[in-house]
Amino acid sequence: MSGINKLFSQELKILNIGTSKFKDDLELQGQDVLQLDWEPAAGGDIKLLNIVDKLSSRKEIETANKEAVKRMINSHPILVDIDKAINVIPGMKENMILHSGPPIEWDMMAGPMQGAIIGALIYEKRAKNEDEARKIAASGEIEFAPCNEHNTVGPMAGIVSPSMPVHVIYNKTYGNYGYCTINEGLGKVLRYGAFNDEVIERLRWIEEEFAPTMKKALKNTQDGIDIKSIISQAIHMGDECHNRNKAATSLFFREIVSYVIDTDVDTSVIKRVLDFIKENEHYFLNLSMPSCKVATDAAHGIENSTIVTTMARNGVEFGIRVSGLGEKEWFTAPANMIKGLMFPGFKEDDASPDIGDSSITETMGIGGFSMGASPAIVQFVGGTIEDAIGYSESMYNITEGENTNYSIPNLNFRGSAIGIDIIKVIEKGILPIINTGMAHKVAGIGQVGAGLVNPPMECFKKAITEFDRKN
Amino acid sequence: MQNTIIRKNEYFDSVTLMSLSSKILGVEGVEEAVVSMATDMNKELLRNVGLSTKESDNAENNDLLIAIKAIDEKSYNEALKSIEELLKPKNKKKAKGEVEDPKTISEALEQMEDANIALISVPGQYAAREARKALENGLHVMIFSDNVTLEQERELKEMGRDKGLLVMGPDCGTASINNIGLCFANEVRKGNIGIVGASGTGLQEVMVQIHNLGGGVSQGIGTGGRDLKEEIGGIMMIEGLKALSNDDNTEIIVLVSKPPAKTVEEKILKEVKAIKKPVIICFLDGIKDDKKDSDVKFVYNLFDAAKEAVNLVGIKTGKEKSHEALKLKIREAKENLKAEQKYVRGLYCGGTLCAEALSVLRENIPSIKSNVAKVEEEKLEDIKEYSGNILLDLGEDQFTVGRPHPMIEPTLRLEHILKQAKDETVGVILLDFELGFGSHEDPVGVTLDTIKESKEIAKSNGRDLAFVAYICGTDIDKQNYNNQKMMLEDAGIIIGESNLEAANIVAEILS
Repeated sequence: MSGINKLFSQELKILNIGTSKFKDDLELQGQDVLQLDWEPAAGGDIKLLNIVDKLSSRKEIETANKEAVKRMINSHPILVDIDKAINVIPGMKENMILHSGPPIEWDMMAGPMQGAIIGALIYEKRAKNEDEARKIAASGEIEFAPCNEHNTVGPMAGIVSPSMPVHVIYNKTYGNYGYCTINEGLGKVLRYGAFNDEVIERLRWIEEEFAPTMKKALKNTQDGIDIKSIISQAIHMGDECHNRNKAATSLFFREIVSYVIDTDVDTSVIKRVLDFIKENEHYFLNLSMPSCKVATDAAHGIENSTIVTTMARNGVEFGIRVSGLGEKEWFTAPANMIKGLMFPGFKEDDASPDIGDSSITETMGIGGFSMGASPAIVQFVGGTIEDAIGYSESMYNITEGENTNYSIPNLNFRGSAIGIDIIKVIEKGILPIINTGMAHKVAGIGQVGAGLVNPPMECFKKAITEFDRKN
Repeated sequence: MQNTIIRKNEYFDSVTLMSLSSKILGVEGVEEAVVSMATDMNKELLRNVGLSTKESDNAENNDLLIAIKAIDEKSYNEALKSIEELLKPKNKKKAKGEVEDPKTISEALEQMEDANIALISVPGQYAAREARKALENGLHVMIFSDNVTLEQERELKEMGRDKGLLVMGPDCGTASINNIGLCFANEVRKGNIGIVGASGTGLQEVMVQIHNLGGGVSQGIGTGGRDLKEEIGGIMMIEGLKALSNDDNTEIIVLVSKPPAKTVEEKILKEVKAIKKPVIICFLDGIKDDKKDSDVKFVYNLFDAAKEAVNLVGIKTGKEKSHEALKLKIREAKENLKAEQKYVRGLYCGGTLCAEALSVLRENIPSIKSNVAKVEEEKLEDIKEYSGNILLDLGEDQFTVGRPHPMIEPTLRLEHILKQAKDETVGVILLDFELGFGSHEDPVGVTLDTIKESKEIAKSNGRDLAFVAYICGTDIDKQNYNNQKMMLEDAGIIIGESNLEAANIVAEILS
């Protein structure tokens, strides 16, 4: 019997795709109809839709994406050391300064990034004051490069200069390393573009007292500190490890404290070091970020994979990189403005466009992707708990897998959505959700609010078009 | 005041939006209102009515345009408020625990695992993709959307054939599967006549006439108008015939189509001959050819197709009753026409009904023209400036850009009726009214005032104007058939029992 004759003997079970008028009249006839909330895929762009359909049908892409996500999930980040950037970051040079986001020239940089570079040049004693620093920065003698191209990530301006100490994260599973500076706390800090004496002094203290002590403490640990384990616990304690790191910082403090005490340094130094961690509830952000970085780096360079391995912003442009495309192949578009809550005394106009490498957390499926696990963050960025859970749920539409290592209690411990697939982003028209801080557009003023932001769709359009051209 | 608002990434289907635009145009003080998705075509439309802005020009396919021009701010605000009200349900947030409406076919199948048919009415350029996904998931499909390419149609139909699945359409407006009306379909008696048709209102008319003659329908399969083109080769017509031939509940088969390409005709006839059940072929407006095989019954209009089928079932339809009353009305109408009132203007909502009327009237009425004509000398080039005998299918794209099909929204026809009433050479206005699922709730009701106004206009100029109408509907259709009929009769309109009869009445009045 043909399928058509079979249909003649069945009850109709109807999917109605399009105008609901037809559904109404079918229901009038007592029929079982399911209405689709249909929208044209790929934002209605036929050219992109054809690419989506072509790529979606290819088995080798599916296999490659599974491999990429497997690598991200299986990655196991351990904090093993703290050392100066110049000593450990691959390709770091004496005259090099790393910054957040995709590549950018000095004169194009956002206010906070320029401010942080000025601060870094003063800190490195290359310049005495702002004027000198600006001249040097513009002279071409300093080589600027994206952190992400050097296994490094940096929050906000993301400035890393050669003498700055960095956390060294080792990926136990795949043997690669990742780096990130020490979080300076809130208020006037370099990452928001501040460069006054207080900022420079703190950076020097970190270099001279904090880092050497921590280095010793980490040596005491033998195996380092297991960051993967802290992140999975912290997510069960209300962190999403991007904008909220309270639980994770506490857990880290608990892990490190006796090793610090066991060092041979002066008690007053130990107290200062421990107080510094204790009093900065964002300390862990600079551990969470490089831990995500080692996982996404391990997933980069898999032929045929359409999984996003980097999302990063420099305050002017948003850039993404894709596993199956080149190491230095960025797909960029102007960074969006963040929508959220302003701190008292600031207005939306004061904010710089989206900036920082911290969206590496979302690339790894935490941060905005795990907001459902972090009710406390909801108020900070504006919105309701339902919104937060909704964001987490909608991310499953655009990701390849679920990371049970980082599971979300509010979703019945479902693994967080991981492995953003550019094909799915284009097809579904759903953009990754990022929750993030807002920097003042003028260098040195600091954080002015926090909220939610998406990458521009243009990045994904460019990426899928290029992927299609090459494959 | 006028203003154009863009709402980013808010998608609504075009039928919803077009109906909404019509409603807003009805708000007092509103001069122009366009609520549409920002497709290139709609942006062009906006430019034409002078409501485009730089922002609207830059809007993308998935952005919603709301453009209103009103005489004052109050009317503007009123219109905007209504629009927001009418668009609201979509934004309604689902309460916790409720299942969200699925966005894609695969999501939908998680909610309805045993789904067996997909009804697709999305914009044409996206329809083939959805149909392909439905077929891949083993669903039969009916594609209401038009603007699907021939290549896509062929690919989908071949895929459907290979999987044993129906692919009705693209541009398929009518089907009745297991006596469930899909899209535009009339409620008819269950019976043993199976129909496969390549035309929407054609299929409707045959089903309606079968019902009205006492017969019943087992299945009504639509194929879409292009199935019998050479490029498609009648794939679904043949699959439909096979299915009806194997269907125990079908004893008689009716095939309805415009005359197909020769090669396709041969294929179809070969298929038909292999069928053991009686088959009636209605090649609408086809050339009567006595040499054609005697095993197969050929008819050339929709009423005859229904009549032959019903006769084969064993129901006697006999000779048409000669209604004295009707004859009297015709004579009266004829006598009341002035010498210069020589012409008919047919204003059709149903395309196939318009084509059928043309095939009937050309025999009796000189140099009739229509926008659905296939013959060169009958083609109507200018749909605004014309004279003589004219039949217009108002469902053609020329009339429906940015507006719903007149079967959904018959008010599209009103201005055309008034226009004819002012033309002193017009003697008869011929109208069709479609009932059934999909069609307007009260097509006669929304037209009646205009008919009366037209009669007034004629009268004030010392003329009488004859109206002839056909209601394509049954006594069990959701719109009360008798009410619709009574309203027309009360207004002094002559009613044909079939589209064929309505056309014949016109011919008699003008003879």
